[in-house]
Amino acid sequence: MKKTLAMLLSAALCVSLFAGCSGGSSSTPAPETTTPATQSQTAEETKLSGTVVTNGSTSMESVMGSLIEAFKEVQPDVQVQYTGSGSGAGITSAQDGTADIGLASRDLKDDETGVKQITVAKDGIAIIVNPENPVADLSIEQIAQIFTGEITNWSDLGGSDGQIVPIGREAGSGTRDGFESITGTEDACVYQNELTSTGEVIANVASNPNAIGYASLSAVDDTVKALTVGGVAPSEETVLDGTYAIQRNFNFILSDSTELSDAAQAFVDWATSTEASDLIAGAGAVPVA
Amino acid sequence: MKQKLRPMEVFMNAVFFLCGLIAVVFVLFISIYLIISGLPAIKEIGLVEFLFGTKWASTAAEPSFGILPFILTSIYGTAGAIVLGVPVGFMTAVFLAKVAPQKLATAVRTAVDLLAGIPSVVYGLIGMMVLVPAVRKLFNLPDGASLFCAIIVLAIMILPSIISVSETALKAVPKEYEEASLALGATHIETIFRVSVPAASSGIAASIVLGIGRAIGEAMAVIMVAGNVANMPTLFSSVRFLTTAVASEMSYASGLQRQALFSIALVLFLFIMLINVVLNSLLKRKKG
Repeated sequence: MKKTLAMLLSAALCVSLFAGCSGGSSSTPAPETTTPATQSQTAEETKLSGTVVTNGSTSMESVMGSLIEAFKEVQPDVQVQYTGSGSGAGITSAQDGTADIGLASRDLKDDETGVKQITVAKDGIAIIVNPENPVADLSIEQIAQIFTGEITNWSDLGGSDGQIVPIGREAGSGTRDGFESITGTEDACVYQNELTSTGEVIANVASNPNAIGYASLSAVDDTVKALTVGGVAPSEETVLDGTYAIQRNFNFILSDSTELSDAAQAFVDWATSTEASDLIAGAGAVPVA
Repeated sequence: MKQKLRPMEVFMNAVFFLCGLIAVVFVLFISIYLIISGLPAIKEIGLVEFLFGTKWASTAAEPSFGILPFILTSIYGTAGAIVLGVPVGFMTAVFLAKVAPQKLATAVRTAVDLLAGIPSVVYGLIGMMVLVPAVRKLFNLPDGASLFCAIIVLAIMILPSIISVSETALKAVPKEYEEASLALGATHIETIFRVSVPAASSGIAASIVLGIGRAIGEAMAVIMVAGNVANMPTLFSSVRFLTTAVASEMSYASGLQRQALFSIALVLFLFIMLINVVLNSLLKRKKG
């Protein structure tokens, strides 16, 4: 009796497992269809080989990861290497030629000469609060004051009385680095909570009416409210046209003096083409192509 | 008469020996690896500065690597979990071993076994979605993620090991002891607390040490409810444990920061080794 019941139950479990599988596969074909298309296009192009060394911004790790992964399909004999060492080191490596392509999640400064930048993507960071929070708009200065602990109560910002709970990411996170550098709060943020993923930040903000956090624009869903910054709502369009302030460029840094190898040129051309747009969007950034 | 050695016997002996060796090799490998990769940062930062520094800012322009907040948080968190978890676990063990009717005991035991089987990420998830908001509302705090939440989650997580080890120890007490006590006129409850529990004391102590080991080594559940800011610990502040200090920064760490994370792991490793030594000596005393 017990045995039959157990068998029935496990059979039901198996069936539900398969049901889950079929449900999953029916929703995936969208990204799958893009790969054969790129393959057939590149079949006409010439086969290249060689190694492309890229070095720089750790914030660009996920974008570079998916670009490198997909480029293997385009040019199987070209090896693209990525080292995360920071934007400054990436620019230096392009200047002294230790890397073919330097990576920087900021624009070149005036004193960084001998190199040029090509923007591959833009990274928009949304400032999110709980949907119950009546505050809808903040300026960059106000955001900086909140995260450095100068403003501690929502009532100072036109909201209801309640202590502000700033939620951030762990040290070393690209989003944290981006947020702090844009708002000018490097090493000065006083967080109530340091979480290790975008999802956790969103879940925490969604469950706490006094919380404020930041997350990559593409990850924000309707469980939280994205604030307008200086009156501009964050969206792909406002990031692209530059009106949304909390954004930065993901740049390839190329040397002015030395010519790129064919393989490196192919990678740059492909990464800045529309073919790579979906991949860049999938990695959480806004494609410019 | 000496038995003739059969080839199959010799072969299987070798197989068993190799399997036994695997555990030894891995323990040695992990210990040596941790010591080698953990020492350079301590040397560079300075042992006193590292262990007793109160400020952790690993990615700042002028980084400082003081892990006293993590050490204290781990000690406070574990102590809190023991204070809450041990009385409940101990009483449950007494109930299961000595008081409960057979059927009820089976049901409770099944529940305890299930509790032991729940993955720690599930504890963390439920803690984050239910416990943290509840603590925030109950104590009227700006945010619920705190040492307090971590203590509650850890206390629940260590219950199964405390209950099952204590219960086994209580059941191993010879029946004659209890019968003698009852024959001398002691009540059932008197017998349990004056005779059975003292006789099982080393086993119960071992269960507590096991609970400490589990609590101090837990990372996943804690990282989701403790807030992870490197504050000096107070009950309702956002805190970071030794385990979560390693886990939260490892994925992006580089250079001295990365080495310092290995050093934290080394400190944690030494803590757990110490606990194991205590556990072993307790278990030996039980045998002797």
